[in-house]
This record gives sequence, C-alpha cells and structure tokens, in this order.
Amino acid sequence: MFVTAAYAQSSTTEGAEAHDAAAAGEVHTETGVAHEADHGAGVFPPFDTTHFASQLLWLAITFGLFYLLMSKVIIPRIGGILETRHDRIAQDLDEASRLKGEADAAIAAYEQELASARAKGHSIADTAREAAKSKAKADRDGVEAGLAKKIAAAEARIADIKSKALADVGAIAEETATAVVKQLIGGTVTKAEIAAAFKASAGN
Amino acid sequence: MSNDPTHQFLVNKIVPLEIGGIDFSFTNASLFMVATVGAAAGFLYLTTSQRGLIPTRMQSVSEMSYEFIASMLREGAGSHGMKFFPMVFSLFMFILTANLLGMVPYFFTVTSQIIVTFALAVFVIGTVLLYGFYKHGFGFLKLFVPQGVPGALLPLVVAIEIISFLSRPISLSVRLFANMLAGHITLKVFAGFVASLSAFGALGIGGAILPLIMTVALTGLEFLVAFLQAYVFAVLTCMYLNDAVHPGGH
Repeated sequence: MFVTAAYAQSSTTEGAEAHDAAAAGEVHTETGVAHEADHGAGVFPPFDTTHFASQLLWLAITFGLFYLLMSKVIIPRIGGILETRHDRIAQDLDEASRLKGEADAAIAAYEQELASARAKGHSIADTAREAAKSKAKADRDGVEAGLAKKIAAAEARIADIKSKALADVGAIAEETATAVVKQLIGGTVTKAEIAAAFKASAGN
Repeated sequence: MSNDPTHQFLVNKIVPLEIGGIDFSFTNASLFMVATVGAAAGFLYLTTSQRGLIPTRMQSVSEMSYEFIASMLREGAGSHGMKFFPMVFSLFMFILTANLLGMVPYFFTVTSQIIVTFALAVFVIGTVLLYGFYKHGFGFLKLFVPQGVPGALLPLVVAIEIISFLSRPISLSVRLFANMLAGHITLKVFAGFVASLSAFGALGIGGAILPLIMTVALTGLEFLVAFLQAYVFAVLTCMYLNDAVHPGGH
C-alpha cells in the first residue's frame, strides 16, 4: 500500500481516461478506488451493477456453449469409452471363464485317460507277470524233470558200477588171499578152498 | 498492479458492445468465461480423443470426473436423476475450471462475481421448478408438505419449507461467490503485507517471512476451496434435483 499507490494510479487511469474527459473534476478528487470504479458508482466491484447485463449475456453464451459441447460431444464420448471398456472386461471375463471350462474339461479328460492307461498298464503287467510266471514254472518243471531223469540214470549207473565193482572185489580178494597164503605157508591152496573161506567170512 | 485487494475483481471492457441501450461489452470477465470453457472443454476433448481402452493418465482424469459426477448424481437423485447428468457435469466442470483458473496470478475469477454465481444458482433452481411442475404438476407442491407432521404444526412447517426453498438460490450463489471473493482478498492482503514490510529494510524483510508463509499456506487452502466449492455446488444441485424428481419422498 505504501509502495504502489502511485503505481496503481498510473495503471488504472488508463482505463479511466475515456471518462476523465467527461468527469475530470470528480475523478481526480478521489483516491485509487474511485479511479478503478470508473463508472462513477464507486461500489465494491462484485456488486457493481453496470456490468451485470454483459456478464449475464456472456455467461449464457459461454455456459450454453459449454453445456452443448458437454452433452453432445464429451459426455457421449467418455460414456462410450467407459461402456466399451465395461463390455470389453465383461467379454474378457466370459472368455476367461470359457477357457477355464475348457481347461477343466481337458484336465478331466486327461485324468480319465490317465486312469484308463494306468488300468491298462496294470492289466498288461499282470498278464505279462502271469505268463512269465507260468513259463518259468513250466521251464523249471521241464528242467527238474530232465534233472530227475539224469539223476535216475546216474544212480542206475552208479549202482551198476558199484555192483560190478563189488563183484570184482571178490575175485581180487581171492587172488590176494591165494598169494598171501602162498607167501605165508608156501603151499598152494586151491581156488575152491579160498572161495569157500571167503564165503564163510563174507557170511559173517 | 494495485495493492488494493478489490482491484482484482474489477470488470474492464475489452470490446465495447451496446445492444438496445444495454451494455453487453466483452469484458475481462467474458474473456475468462471463454477461457474457462476453452480450457475445460479442450482438456476433456483432447484427453479423450484417443478413446483408449487403457486410459492414459490425463484420460483417467477426464473419466474420473465423469464417474465422480455420475455417482454423485445417482446417489443424490437416483437413476431417474441421470437425465440431468449433462447439466450437473457442465456446472461442476465450469465452476471447478473457473475457480482453478482464478488461482493463477493476474487472472480474473469468474466465480467471484455474485451475478455469475447467482445466475448459475437460478439456472439450477429454475430447472428444479420447471421440471418439478412439468413432471408432477401441482403434486410438486407436496415438496413443501413433509409427511407425518401433526396438523397443528403443519402451517409453520410449510412456511419454513417455503422459506428454505426460496433461500436456496441465495445460499447456493452466495456460498460460492463469498468463498472465492474472501479467499482472493485474504491472499491479496497477506501478499500485500509481504511487499509492504519488505520496504522497511532488513527488519521488515525478516518480519515479512510470517505473512509469506501465510500466503503460501493460503494458496494451498484456496486450491482446496476451489475444488470444494465446485463439489459443494454440484452436490447441492443433485439434492435439489432430487426434489424435482421425487418431490414426495424425502
């Protein structure tokens, strides 16, 4: 207020110049406020009625234009954007739920397939195991039968050899006894005697 | 610039115009009305020109203001009130933009003129009256007769209701006008203190810090008030429109 009083006067007198000519004496007697209220009313500017008509007219023009712009251009546009987005989101949600359904169906099919495959695998394994078991049993049976036959043949041969050997043992013992007797006694012993003696010992 | 705090509210002729003896000059107030419309419409138009499915930041601002007013009106006046959406949206955007533009230094504040806010309020109340009588005929007068009031009290209550209805355009316009006017004057006065005090040398400059802080804080407050008053105007418009749409049911 101290610095700019003169400055204010100079800036506002420009606007008041037109009036100055008409009401020169009146204007210059007042301070800055009177200069500013150059319509002679000297009232608080917002209550200055001289401009009410102009303000109303221009408000009607500008606000009317603004209202038209809003209702014809902006609101349909933003509404359209929001609606498109809303539709798009709903559509995407539908698509997502549809895809989820498909995925669920695929999972179910997969599970079913897996179960049947597993069952099939089990049955294949079972039959294979059964077949292998029966084959192994048959093989073992065959092998066992062969072995038993061989064992029987071997046993028969052993018995044969044994009996043959045992028969030979008698003859060898008789010869040995003859020789031993000859050496010990010096006489000869008939074969028949030796055999008799053997028989006697063998009978014990 | 003058240090007189009311200087900023002066209306100056830019293009003199007189029709039928009435002064319709294009003034600085008219200029800022045009600027308000240009800024608000331009912002809304340009930010939404992409029509992006995924909005940019600025497009979200436009969409948010749309949805803000739409939900306000739906809550205030129900789905029947949505036919007034362009009106409430225009009012809100116009007042908000005018208030915010007024915050720019040296700019004229359109809403600090009582005639402007009064015209807007009369527009709202006029719409309420016209639509109320058009839609409900004399049934609209039920607005002044609240239900469930004892017979003895009824004349008094009706009188109070009528007075409160008549005071609406005044309270609606004075609230906005006074807020903008007082805020700008306060800002100007405190900012004036800064200039005056700093003229007194070092001590004055030290003393000027306090009003400077005050000016900064008030500027923040004024931005809040600028938004808040536009919001209040829009909310009250919704409430009054609700009376026009549903006069009987409060």
